[in-house]
Amino acid sequence: MSVPVSPAFTLVLEVTLGLLTLSLGLVFVRLVRGPTAPDRVMALDMMGGLTIGMTAVYSVYTHEPHLLRVAAGIALISFLGTVAVARYLERTRGR
Amino acid sequence: MSTWIAGALLLAGGAFMVVAALGVVRLPDLFCRMQAAAKTGTAGAGLLLLGTAVYFEDMQVATRALSVVAFLFLTAPVAAHLLARAGYSLGVPLFETRTDELRERFGRGAQVPGGTPSLDAPARPPPLEVKEPPARPDT
Repeated sequence: MSVPVSPAFTLVLEVTLGLLTLSLGLVFVRLVRGPTAPDRVMALDMMGGLTIGMTAVYSVYTHEPHLLRVAAGIALISFLGTVAVARYLERTRGR
Repeated sequence: MSTWIAGALLLAGGAFMVVAALGVVRLPDLFCRMQAAAKTGTAGAGLLLLGTAVYFEDMQVATRALSVVAFLFLTAPVAAHLLARAGYSLGVPLFETRTDELRERFGRGAQVPGGTPSLDAPARPPPLEVKEPPARPDT
């Protein structure tokens, strides 16, 4: 865990985290604005993917490989949630 | 050396994610947006996890990261398919669609030529194979 990290690599990680935060904000716009319910569900699914990516970058940033388990958990829960809401929307036809 | 490969992969993943988010915000209808979210988003997350796997230079960590990538690649199309199916059968407006071959099977609301159907189109025919039980079966 005592890996010497160059400041340039830290900068790369910070830029990547910034890009992911920007994407999170953009997707949040769609979550708030999205005219129909499937739009919002899709935005939430995308936010799940973005959170997985942020967790991966953060595990590099802090030299903590155990954070990848969090990414696996988020992947599972995000998929299950999307499938459940999609089935619900199709069954009830939006009512 | 592997640090810089990892950095390049992470930056590429971040760029993919920004493109996917731009697509989610800017594309005209649900199905176009879903394409951006499902394909570009999965590629971005895969690149980020791949960069993590390269950075740690550890077989255990790499296996864990790559198993998450495999899971994402298996489940993202399934989730997108289910959601697109739900959206279509709900009658989400389509963007400038000339030919809609699913319409006879799925039964959307009346579609004016050259226009897009509204969400509250009246007189929607019954849906295809979703068998709605009259009461809850066994609860």
